[in-house]
Amino acid sequence: MQVAFYIAALVAVISTIMVITRFNIIHALLYLVVSFMAMAVVFFILGAPFAAALEVIVYAGAIVVLIIFVIMMLNQKEEAVTQEKKWLTPMVYVGPAILSALMMGELVYIIYVGESHAVGQHVVDVKELGKTLYGPYILAVELGGMLLMAGIVGAYHLGRQKKKVIHRFLKEKED
Amino acid sequence: MEVSAEYGLLLASVLFILGMIGVLIRRNIIFMLVCVEIMLNAAGLAFIVAGSKWVQADGQVMFIFILTMAAAEVSVGLALILQIYHQLKTLDEDAASSMKG
Repeated sequence: MQVAFYIAALVAVISTIMVITRFNIIHALLYLVVSFMAMAVVFFILGAPFAAALEVIVYAGAIVVLIIFVIMMLNQKEEAVTQEKKWLTPMVYVGPAILSALMMGELVYIIYVGESHAVGQHVVDVKELGKTLYGPYILAVELGGMLLMAGIVGAYHLGRQKKKVIHRFLKEKED
Repeated sequence: MEVSAEYGLLLASVLFILGMIGVLIRRNIIFMLVCVEIMLNAAGLAFIVAGSKWVQADGQVMFIFILTMAAAEVSVGLALILQIYHQLKTLDEDAASSMKG
């Protein structure tokens, strides 16, 4: 199981290096997803399966999709389509695909060996985590809820477009 | 065979340093946000490693709080990026280095 940890760590470091050296944001995000998945494998090996699931769902799912949405919103011009065609050639997928295939191999290996006793590390399961989260840390959970609420309101307030004041007879000229 | 905590912490510090290098060398503002995410993730990994060493759930609890904070941070950050892009028509953060007001 140590070997699995080293391979996952190596994949995480390599894909993170690729993230910070790409010139193209979409290519960087492809590698970022691979990096987060490798981190999820590391969490699983370290005996934190719930954190691994959250890593895939929230980081590799929600946050990366949010960033892609914003990138697509920013490129609204005519050349965006041709640019996208130029960005996403099949060659781009090769690097992330190789690293993801390594992760896939590890997944198959971990399932094949059977989970918790082969992991070696003591597993902290979801039940214990929930008891701790809603026991001593209940105040921090409420503060986290308030933080998320502030985030929603702040994102709505900042992301709102200012309404243009145009006279209705001038509309054709402005467009 | 257990994975020793030193290697986990080493991985966390390497990823954190990579994220910090990314923030320092990139000028595209979306790239800087992505690198901040990498740094937050590395901090979460350090907590997970510590929680795994002492077999306590507190490490994962802290990871969940970091996750919450990262989600709130990225939504507000992306809204700010949209505003900057609409005002300055560029994603270069040097264009936004001076404030007005």
